[in-house]
Amino acid sequence: MALVTTTKGEMDESLLEKKEGVVDNDSEYTTWVEYWLDGELVHRSAHVQLKQAVTFSAEAASFE
Amino acid sequence: MANTQAMVTSFMGKLMTGTHNFGTGVVRAGTGADTFYAALLLASGTFNAASTNYTGTVGSSAMSGEVSGTGYTAGGVAVTDATAPVATNSSSTAGVAYWTPSASITYTSVTLTTAFDAVMIYNYTQGTAGAYPAVSIHTFGSQTITAGTFTLTMPSNTTSTALIRLATT
Repeated sequence: MALVTTTKGEMDESLLEKKEGVVDNDSEYTTWVEYWLDGELVHRSAHVQLKQAVTFSAEAASFE
Repeated sequence: MANTQAMVTSFMGKLMTGTHNFGTGVVRAGTGADTFYAALLLASGTFNAASTNYTGTVGSSAMSGEVSGTGYTAGGVAVTDATAPVATNSSSTAGVAYWTPSASITYTSVTLTTAFDAVMIYNYTQGTAGAYPAVSIHTFGSQTITAGTFTLTMPSNTTSTALIRLATT
């Protein structure tokens, strides 16, 4: 029996409708999971893996 | 042989560790690394390269444009920094200094019902309430969290993928 933390407290996963998704693009790889109870969203978690770094360029100027 | 114009790669690395100061800086209490925080930003926000500071008060008062909700503390969470910046030459004219948090950034047991799509990394140690110097803003697809956990997994800490890179080409 797996328990899920929800807006209504800990609930048995078997009582809930589970939805999962993936976003995979140049910027990120994201997975999410939702649990619904009688049409109500009671849990949503997301896991984002960043792919793109923030890069600052630097340059030494020339006197020429 | 001839001299080659270049930005010295170690200079970029030492910018990351506070060695150089061309202007008015800060008095450091020691040689240890600063503490950095990560705050989540609402998708409706307009944060960008001109966003100089995290302008809230860590632990008590959120910044305008920052998420709020059950389980989320104003200012976000501390970033794990167990790996020092690295500076690596790739040629006689180019190199990269880079750094990546050494662990995922995790917001546990939160409910954030207003969509957010970015995280601001900022310097807690060198800041004061209302003005913590910002480092970077990283965007991702819009998210909400309900009684759950939001995790940002870091890219590999390499010359090409590290979270923050200073580079010459």
